[in-house]
Amino acid sequence: MLINCPHCGTRPVDEFTFMGDARPQRPASNDPATIEQWFDYVYLRANPKGVFDEYTHHSGGCRTWLVVSRDTLTHDVFAVVTAREYARRQQEAEA
Amino acid sequence: MSKTAPCSKRPLMLRQSDVRMRYGIFSLLKNSLSGHLNWPAAWREPEPKLSYDVIIVGGGHGLATAYYLAKEHNITNVAVLEKSWLGSGNVGRNTTIIRSNYMLPENNPFYEWSMKLWENFEQDLNFNAMVSQRGVLNLCHSDAQYDAFARRGNAMRIDGVDAMLLDAQGVRKLYPFFDFENARFPIRGGLLQPRGGTVRHDAVPWAYARAADARGVDIIQNCEVTGIKTVNGRVIGVETTRGFIGCKKLGLAAAGNSSEVAAMAGLRLPIESHVMQAFVSEGLKPLIDGVVTFGAGHFYVSQSDKGGLVFGGDIDGYNSYARRGNLAMVEHVIEAGVAMIPGLARVRVLRSWGGIVDMSMDGSPIIDKTDVEGLYLNAGWCYGGFKATPASGWCFAHTIARNEPHALNAAFRLDRFRRGYTIDEKGVGATPNLH
Repeated sequence: MLINCPHCGTRPVDEFTFMGDARPQRPASNDPATIEQWFDYVYLRANPKGVFDEYTHHSGGCRTWLVVSRDTLTHDVFAVVTAREYARRQQEAEA
Repeated sequence: MSKTAPCSKRPLMLRQSDVRMRYGIFSLLKNSLSGHLNWPAAWREPEPKLSYDVIIVGGGHGLATAYYLAKEHNITNVAVLEKSWLGSGNVGRNTTIIRSNYMLPENNPFYEWSMKLWENFEQDLNFNAMVSQRGVLNLCHSDAQYDAFARRGNAMRIDGVDAMLLDAQGVRKLYPFFDFENARFPIRGGLLQPRGGTVRHDAVPWAYARAADARGVDIIQNCEVTGIKTVNGRVIGVETTRGFIGCKKLGLAAAGNSSEVAAMAGLRLPIESHVMQAFVSEGLKPLIDGVVTFGAGHFYVSQSDKGGLVFGGDIDGYNSYARRGNLAMVEHVIEAGVAMIPGLARVRVLRSWGGIVDMSMDGSPIIDKTDVEGLYLNAGWCYGGFKATPASGWCFAHTIARNEPHALNAAFRLDRFRRGYTIDEKGVGATPNLH
């Protein structure tokens, strides 16, 4: 699996550390009444077979946090953006 | 006995008496006289009935579940649905290790019960599964790790599990060819569970299938579940690639596909699917007579009776359903192996493969009923499901039959994450790829 880092170019998979699903949104509130939202955010996962957006740290390179869109069944990589860019696009999509 | 290896191309016309033939010295002699050409099939290949009392999805833990439903609870109107052929999933993809060397009080009694079921497995199921209690040794490489092993060994003994703490000299007696003076990871000692060992993994689904079939369970291969039908919050059956099959109770034991199958009933699980690789070397003369794990990296090895070294490492680390991993992990596992046993450097790897493991959010399994009436879940086995097969099936059968968990799986509840009662052996929190 090769990942095209926006800063470093195409690099092998062992330079990267994976940190799971990028879709769940951290709840905005610390109010105990939002416990169900927190439970969902911390523990529950869609775990799809197919297209998946995954937090990826280029720990053996530029150390940037990225979001890699990939097919979990074939390991094909579709897109790589910085986590900041991914968050901006998510906010845009919601607005 | 292994001549009865099942395949899906066998003739369909079988008499029950043939299927129930007892394996032993007399049947072996009888069949050797006819050139082993007349062994009966190990189980029937029935067409699915219109409905069952219980349907189990998954031909690994699911087969064990069906067997214990029939044997312990006298529920025999049961079908096991396997999406491919029996043994094609994780039950035939692991590194065959059995052990009960956990630390937490929620885990130890469960895995120890599994070990006890393994110890009587061949007698109970009349099948040679080559259960071999050759000892499982975990190596440690620092004083801190040695202390942690002493603590775990004591926790095991409190729960009635056998454990022996070895110093470097003790390990050297067993395995003199390890790299004891490794500059970075010298071997300080090890924690040995003498009753741990290996089981021929292919024989496990075959044995359970044969024994469950003899008690009336229908084993339906090449039958993938594509939907779960519920009415008023109650399961009434499953859509499959072989049509709709009705049921009163439905048990899911789909390992790496658990999230996909549970989603058909509207459940979101605390599980991620990851790929884990395993390896076999070329055949060698007897070299390693137990199971040994490297304590400084992720590497574990045993030697099969054919002579091949069977070994594996950690999961690749990214979400995957691909059943194949990347070369980076192959390299990493072999580096760890050579760091532990320098003599492995010139051993050639024969083949490698991947399995999809259902990594739970705390590294421990789930055996429970769900909010959907009649729907039961067996999932989250991470990379440790094989050793648990007997107890998992035994407890899941109890949970399905009685509609409540047994004391042994009372902690493996689905709602433990919400309640804050996670069972986290490693203490790394909700990070499935670190468990």
